[in-house]
Amino acid sequence: MRWMWIDRVIELKAKERLVAIKHLSMAEEHLHDHFPATATRPQLPVMPMSLIVEGMAQSAGILVGHANDFKEKVVLAKVAKASLTKDPTPGCTLRYTATIDRFTDNGASTKGTVDLYHPEQSYLDDQPAQPERIGEIDLIFSHLDRNSAGTQYPKENFVFSDSFRTILRTSGIESSF
Amino acid sequence: MTRDEILDTIREILVDALAVDDDEVTPSATLIGDLGAESIDILDITFKLEQEFGFKIAQGELFPEGITQDPDYVQDGKVTARGLEMLKERGPHFDMAALEADPSVENVRKIFTVEALINFCEQKLQAAA
Repeated sequence: MRWMWIDRVIELKAKERLVAIKHLSMAEEHLHDHFPATATRPQLPVMPMSLIVEGMAQSAGILVGHANDFKEKVVLAKVAKASLTKDPTPGCTLRYTATIDRFTDNGASTKGTVDLYHPEQSYLDDQPAQPERIGEIDLIFSHLDRNSAGTQYPKENFVFSDSFRTILRTSGIESSF
Repeated sequence: MTRDEILDTIREILVDALAVDDDEVTPSATLIGDLGAESIDILDITFKLEQEFGFKIAQGELFPEGITQDPDYVQDGKVTARGLEMLKERGPHFDMAALEADPSVENVRKIFTVEALINFCEQKLQAAA
């Protein structure tokens, strides 16, 4: 399994804002374990909230990395705030909107919102999709090579892997890294 | 802006960044010891201070970095005279009396108090005025 929790970047305004989407599918193995059937209730497949936070971290992380042309190793340092009000189920789409709040040589802070596109309100012929705001996730990122302890890391940017390159390429985003 | 007003703003920042109670944020409280801050919280606090007070904070300006890893500044578990001088020079917002009395390396974190944050903000605001 690839550790990618967004499917596509649909908007990128450099150093300001990134919007990404993630479709939820019953083919995803983890949904069958979260939560399995018990003696008292049937299986309840919902997207784990921790992985929604990871989806936002990847969305915001790309935004922060893109700001310096992916020269920095951008790592999630702190979840400053995470508030989610609904459990997304298979067939839904999540929309992550990340904006840069502060950006310095040491890292960045981002603010983010999560919107849920439920199939019954999103794929009808006679009305536009009606997303529902289900969360806010604010994050702090650190530029790893500028860590205060002075720890040295490999020169290669191991944070932005081939999987990230693929997402950017298939999203039609030019990048030189 | 008075020191009390600065403290009120810092208290809001620390309550938000460190999930501590209002009454825990006293001038004598140490960030890393009493309030449970970790190194990455310093980055969060730095961002919030910049946002609330409107000044820029350079890397290492709030808390000098790399002291305890540098043999020029720490030897045999104690901060050297050169290390103490460096801290005084780069951190005029710190009260160094306790560290000078006992320069054990584990005491370095104790100079990073809420009071030091108030001093730092006051000095930055005065410099900008």
